[in-house]
Order: sequence, then structure tokens, then C-alpha cells
Amino acid sequence: MSVTIAMSLDLKGMSCPMPIIKTAKAMKELAPGQMIEVFATDPGSAPDFKAWARATGNPLIETSEDAGVFHFILKKKEQGVLG
Amino acid sequence: MSITTIEKPPLAAFAEQLAEKKAEQTEKLVIFAWSGELDKVWPTLILATTGAAMGKETTVFFTFWGLFPLVKNNVRITGDNWMQKMLSVMNRGGDMHLKLSKMNFAGAGPAMMMHLAREHHVASPDELLTMAKEMGVRLVPCQMTMDLMGLKREDLIDGLDEPAGATMALAEAQGAITLFI
Repeated sequence: MSVTIAMSLDLKGMSCPMPIIKTAKAMKELAPGQMIEVFATDPGSAPDFKAWARATGNPLIETSEDAGVFHFILKKKEQGVLG
Repeated sequence: MSITTIEKPPLAAFAEQLAEKKAEQTEKLVIFAWSGELDKVWPTLILATTGAAMGKETTVFFTFWGLFPLVKNNVRITGDNWMQKMLSVMNRGGDMHLKLSKMNFAGAGPAMMMHLAREHHVASPDELLTMAKEMGVRLVPCQMTMDLMGLKREDLIDGLDEPAGATMALAEAQGAITLFI
């Protein structure tokens, strides 16, 4: 499966809560269904991104880690019946 | 007589899902910021900006000591009478002049804390406050505290909401996650 990424954010070095805040701001620019990838080094970002995705309903498509750099792919939610 | 298992009707199952989804998405966050100490103001601003990032309608109601961090950093003496003036001398306002609740060491503690924060790329209270305003967090000063402590609207930073009272804060807190920090 190939994934088209609409936006890429380099948030390496930032600490809580900045990775989430920068990502939330960037997601506002996206159209529903578009994907964003985020690179972060904050170890707390793994549980934070998971929780943020769950709380906001924007699916977290992928989480991976390579040598201390986390890579997240998020998809902007489609506007459903339940909003 | 045979025992039959009663299955949940589909509508009830749907209603349950809906309730679960609603519970997950509390729409509002209201923080009562009572303390003016660095180690409480910092988490207050972290939670407020994060709440906004999570799509919650976020309000911070600044009351009592919590109001002093909103004083402009370059405003030194506030108040009309000697008691209010003395208060501002003893308790300098501004988000760059906050004290720690422990290990303050006459200002050395906060200075070291800010140094560590820079080293670890943690946003300062000043940056978080700017970020909160950008993200539409409502920052509401308590009118009664302003009167009591002699803080005028022009002593406080720009970008705040209109000063309000306890009723407004509690009305806003209905159905919200509420924190008292």
C-alpha cells in the first residue's frame, strides 16, 4: 500500500506539549482524508499521539521508531454523522 | 422451560456506543488558575494549550495569586493605595518573574529551572501563554481579584478576555473537565 503524505513536520528536539500542539495546528490546514507525517524525539510523544488520535478521532495510521526518532502518520478525519 | 439468552437490541447497542463516544469527547476544559507560582503556572499553561490542541473549548480563569503572572513584565508597581502597592513590591507580577513553591533560593531556583527548560527544549510559560492566545484559549481575569489587589486592565497583558466573575467561570465549567491549580 502506498500512502500519499500531504504534509511533513520535523518536531525533533521538542518536548511536551509542543509536538502535539504543532501537529494539531498543522492538521487544521489539511482537508479531510489527507495524511500528515511527524518526526519527533520526545519519548512521551508515542503515548501522547496515540491518546490525541483517540480523543480527536483523527486516526493514527502508523507509529514507528528508529534510533530514538519517532515517526507518526495521522489521517485527518472525515466528517461523519457523529462529527 | 428452556433458557433463552436475551440479546441486546441493535438500538440499545448503538445508544451505548454513542454514550461511550460522548464520554470520550468532553468538549470543554476549564482551569481555575489560583496559584502564581512557576511550578503551578507552567502545568496550567501546558494543559490549557494541550486542551486546545485536542479540540476542546478551553478557558482559564485567573484568580487571586493566579492573576499576577498576567501582569505585564515591565510593569513594576501596581495599585492605588499603600497596601496594594506594597503587595506588588513583595509579589512582582509578570510571567518572567515567577517564583518556585519550593527551592526558590531568592530567584536562583527559577533561573536554574528556566536554564534546564531551554536545554531540554521545553517551552517557557511566556511562549506557552502566546501559544494559548494563538490557539484561542480564553484567558479570563477575575474582576474581584483585580479590584482587591489594585490591578488595572492596562497593567495586564494584551489578548485577555473581558474580566469576569465566579458565576461566569462556573457556568463555563458546566459539563467541562475542571481543574483547580
